[in-house]
Amino acid sequence: MNKKISLGCLVLLMACGGGDRAQRTVIQNKGSDTLLNVAQAWAEAYSQINPNVAVAVTGGGSGTGISAMINGTVDVANASRTMGEEELEAARRNGVEPVEFVVGFDALAVFLHENNPIESFTVAQLKDIYGEGGSAETWSAFGTSVPGCGSDEIVRISRQNNSGTYAYFKEAVLGEDAEYKLGSRDMHGSKDVVDLVENTPCAIGYSGLAYETPEVHMPCIAVEEGGACVVPSVETAIEGSYPIARPLLMYTAGQPQGAVKEYMDWILSDEGQCIILERGYAPVREVSCT
Amino acid sequence: MDQRDRAWWTDRLVQALVFIGGISGIVFVVGIFVFVTKEGLGFVLNTLDIKEFFTSIAWRPTSSNPTYGALALIVGTASVTGLAMLVSVPLALGAAVYIGEFAKGKTREALKVLVELLAAIPSVVWGFIGLSIMSPLIIDLFDVPVGLNVLNAGVILGLMAAPIMTTIAEDALKAVPDGYREAAEALGATRWEVIWKVVIPAGKNGLVAAVLLGVGRGFGETMAVLMATGHSINIPTSPFDSVRALTATIAAELGDTSYGSDHYGSLFALGILLFTVTFIINLTADVVLRRTTRR
Repeated sequence: MNKKISLGCLVLLMACGGGDRAQRTVIQNKGSDTLLNVAQAWAEAYSQINPNVAVAVTGGGSGTGISAMINGTVDVANASRTMGEEELEAARRNGVEPVEFVVGFDALAVFLHENNPIESFTVAQLKDIYGEGGSAETWSAFGTSVPGCGSDEIVRISRQNNSGTYAYFKEAVLGEDAEYKLGSRDMHGSKDVVDLVENTPCAIGYSGLAYETPEVHMPCIAVEEGGACVVPSVETAIEGSYPIARPLLMYTAGQPQGAVKEYMDWILSDEGQCIILERGYAPVREVSCT
Repeated sequence: MDQRDRAWWTDRLVQALVFIGGISGIVFVVGIFVFVTKEGLGFVLNTLDIKEFFTSIAWRPTSSNPTYGALALIVGTASVTGLAMLVSVPLALGAAVYIGEFAKGKTREALKVLVELLAAIPSVVWGFIGLSIMSPLIIDLFDVPVGLNVLNAGVILGLMAAPIMTTIAEDALKAVPDGYREAAEALGATRWEVIWKVVIPAGKNGLVAAVLLGVGRGFGETMAVLMATGHSINIPTSPFDSVRALTATIAAELGDTSYGSDHYGSLFALGILLFTVTFIINLTADVVLRRTTRR
């Protein structure tokens, strides 16, 4: 992008004078790869609204972003987890008081074909299906038969192994050190998972809440047997009762000022929140988007 | 001095361009080989357990305790390519015999153009056909849970490899001198006997080369295979099992891998394997083809 701009300057010396560029504020934004595509979408949309501010977005992981924010090299850190005790300590030593913004939620729904009669799962049952060593291979193991699924086999649909969704589902459902059972169909996108579940009566998949379609249904999830079974929705993700949802965060060093404050306010406005919804995550509150 | 007019310079320029064009093939092959090796070799030598790579199916490069078993990927690629050859070899050889020996005039020209057109269909379109047409069809016909499997990818890949095989096989049949055919006919052979007992044995090397190039095409194909196999780490026991191909694994994972990490290196190790196998296949095809022309 920078290359393009400077090339443009060479060609059209008239168009971009030095004064024009000096006024342009650059907000450095770094961190979580889960948030990366949303952060890029925000940056892109914001450059249309406020051409004087450029937001430079890079990934690298939540930890990278947070330490860069503590060291003052970036203005805003993206994180898909809260800051740890050590990080807060490091920030205090640097005289930085991090301010946390919840900018959205990443709620993973379990998707089943519309024919599948199962209405609820416990986390342990999901682990039995997806986890290495889990015994659930057939739908009859859950006492059901799925119309249209003659083979009775549970067709596991998962994600490619470097997706944030893959990592989070593993952490939240299988546990930190557990592995996925091999042999799942590993799709390359959130939408592909739901598409395949739509066409496959035997299937089970997990993906972002926003990808729900009329041809699939999302069972409620209970943390343990007999516990409250929570339906995945934007509300349950916001109030924290849904067990496989995590807040998506942004951190600034101290209360944001000036252009950074305007940017954060815009992210939390309806316009910014509609962009996060578009990208498959839950917004922080109900928004109506066109 | 008087020689150096415009024509002289043009001559030099064209000479240089042709030379660059001529050696570019070598430069690119060597360049790609050096690049793939450079990115992957460090990982292969330092971290990779070669035995695990070839004997384990556990491909878990992003785990906290990573394992790099590529057996399922190798078997996946081999099974899809094998089935593709079962589909494409009879089709392609049949088409080549018909175009080369039976079809005349306009039919022949039309068929040749159509076969070349078939070869030009982008692989993502084939993948889309696998995903949206073949998959529901397979589910309906065979009553299996998932339509993205070895059968689907094998048929798609077979149809993709057939046109190039047809073109090369037809060239091989054309290279058989007419004198052979005339001599056989003079001996009273029927048309079928001429083709089966004279033309095909005489063009055998070219036909083998055509098949091998088809195998190379199948082995290296990525997009259609990524879309149609189901992308599942699995040793297939029937054509209805989902598998995962070497190429598809690289395509799906490389984009989000941090540069220089072990995962990055492991994908280049797969690349080295793929490059070696396709190189051997193409080299064999070339050697076989060369023997035909020398004769």
